[in-house]
Amino acid sequence: MPDVSSGFDVQARIAEIRTLAEAARDKKAVYGPDLDLSRFNAARDAESVESLESLEKQVKEVALGVGIDTKEENRSGTYFQVDRTPIYERVTEMYGGKLEIMSTAQALELYPELMYEKYYWRAVAPDKDKYTAQVALQPTEGYFIRVLPGQKIEKPIQACLFVSENNISQNVHNVIIMEEGSEATVITGCTIHPKVREGLHAGISEFYVGKGAKLTFTMIHNWAEDFDVRPRTGIVVDDDGTYVNNYILLKPVRSIQSFPVARLVGARSRAVFNSIVYGLADSYIDIGSESVLEGSGSRSEAVARTVTRDRSIVYSRGRLVGRTDDCKAHLDCRGMVQSPQSTQWAIPDLASEGAPGAELSHEAAISPIAAEEIYYLMSRGVPKDEAVSMITRGFLDLEIPGLPPALKRQIDKALEETAKESL
Amino acid sequence: MARPTPLLVVEDLHVSVSDREILRGVDLVIAEGETHVLLGPNGGGKTTLLNTIVGLPGYRVTRGRILFKGVDLAGLDIDERARMGIGVAFQRPPAVRGIKLRQLIEVAADGRFDEAMLADLVGELSLENMIDRDVNMGFSGGEMKRSEMAQLLAQAPDLTLFDEPESGVDLDNIAVVGAAMTKLLKAERAGMTKRAGLIVTHTGHILEYVNADVGHVLYSGRLACRGNPRDLIAEIARHGYDKCVECAICQM
Repeated sequence: MPDVSSGFDVQARIAEIRTLAEAARDKKAVYGPDLDLSRFNAARDAESVESLESLEKQVKEVALGVGIDTKEENRSGTYFQVDRTPIYERVTEMYGGKLEIMSTAQALELYPELMYEKYYWRAVAPDKDKYTAQVALQPTEGYFIRVLPGQKIEKPIQACLFVSENNISQNVHNVIIMEEGSEATVITGCTIHPKVREGLHAGISEFYVGKGAKLTFTMIHNWAEDFDVRPRTGIVVDDDGTYVNNYILLKPVRSIQSFPVARLVGARSRAVFNSIVYGLADSYIDIGSESVLEGSGSRSEAVARTVTRDRSIVYSRGRLVGRTDDCKAHLDCRGMVQSPQSTQWAIPDLASEGAPGAELSHEAAISPIAAEEIYYLMSRGVPKDEAVSMITRGFLDLEIPGLPPALKRQIDKALEETAKESL
Repeated sequence: MARPTPLLVVEDLHVSVSDREILRGVDLVIAEGETHVLLGPNGGGKTTLLNTIVGLPGYRVTRGRILFKGVDLAGLDIDERARMGIGVAFQRPPAVRGIKLRQLIEVAADGRFDEAMLADLVGELSLENMIDRDVNMGFSGGEMKRSEMAQLLAQAPDLTLFDEPESGVDLDNIAVVGAAMTKLLKAERAGMTKRAGLIVTHTGHILEYVNADVGHVLYSGRLACRGNPRDLIAEIARHGYDKCVECAICQM
């Protein structure tokens, strides 16, 4: 991405983004409970570190819980942000020249014209709602990852967005650019220090998957019972590109509302969304995805597994919009309700817009845990509690393809712990 | 010769399902090392008896009792009975999404199984294509029965209850299932010769593959007769259940 001067007027665009965001300051989001943003404090600076090993033990432990290995074993690169400060960015030697990792602010300095013209606020609109406006007006960094053309990055890249102070608003803006023919797996772990009770994480993510490129993006969230989360994600996939999104939420949160939109503009482009959500305590979780199939032969698949316990409320949405004749997409949302005080909604939403040949389908189901399955396991000597836990874990186990084995083990462990704790 | 120790004792058992009395005074004793066969028409209460012994909810004991190894099973949960040594091969086991057959074999074995034993089991029952699939999910009739046998061989119960082990199974699979049942019931290994079984069948086909000691006909909620299983089946084949329960063998 050498930044050849395109004559793009960066200053005019910055002013435009600002104007749009200003106008959307109080614009409520379509979904999810409305938040009063004035109650959160601004995020403060944190100190940079030379090595992730120097982080305090508790931080390392919670980071590991969201897939971030502070030893950086089996990782090609790392971005670690605490509150508003990128405290650590590194590409391992082996991947030097193949991959760039920096803060988005640095990338804007390095590639101003290209960023503003093509990537920054291009997949997500700054005036979408008050949360995008907040990030546009008071940005607190975020990561920029770019994989160079043709580079296949076998080891995952990891990015941690960490909140260490109580009641701040972390407003990150992430950009991933997969150049033509490149491949990578990015693990993003978003979490908080154990002392943090409340706060807001507003995150803009804009991903661009170039021709024949493949991005597997896995996001693990781990928040607290009084924490609010508002990610806003837009993905654009070019010809023969593949985007795989894995989302995992297994711990309580006050509210989260997220609805990533993938625009499959390229011919034969593809998007896959896998979500595993465990609704616990008083969590209000409104998650989903949208695939807009514009490119000839584009394909999309969205699979969600949701469990609700306690008094949690979960909305599982899936929208497929077919805009080309030979596109094909399928939604599969299954929910399991495990408490009389919890609520689940499964909302499949399909549209064919000027595409009579589009094939869009869905399966949505909400059901209890089946008693006969519990008895079956018990008949093999498994106590009832363990049987419920095993079945729940099995229900949520999507066997997500492309997950690094270590991450898979961590997710299995988290699932097991959550299933046990919730009994 | 000393009488064999009774493993299962069913005394005057009355069981209701949704307020309808299905079993009306069943008496049955299965001693260590014995295999019994339970014959009878559909709806006669065979599955009810098995499910009551297993402890499935919905089967209300209104009179009588069941003793296993001398312990009254009343109030014991399904898993407690299983850990005491009662195993069951269900006729139509449920599919469980996300739980692999391998996992279920491991939990059934409860630490008694190592990799080599699992590999033997996989070979014996041709489980190669099933072991890492969700249990019973899309399994054919034969696969389902082989999966049940694998779990039971891992569980190694002292008393195994088989509900219609031949139903929905083709001939090739019956032989495999029959061999597994024989292994379960007559474990050749030392110290395991006391195992017992109760086989529910209404066709009796499985008896071509498994030796059974005693046959019973469960008719209208009671054990109407007792005899050599093959004789009983021949009698039923000739005259039907209605006549069978009046016949000379039963009246002996």
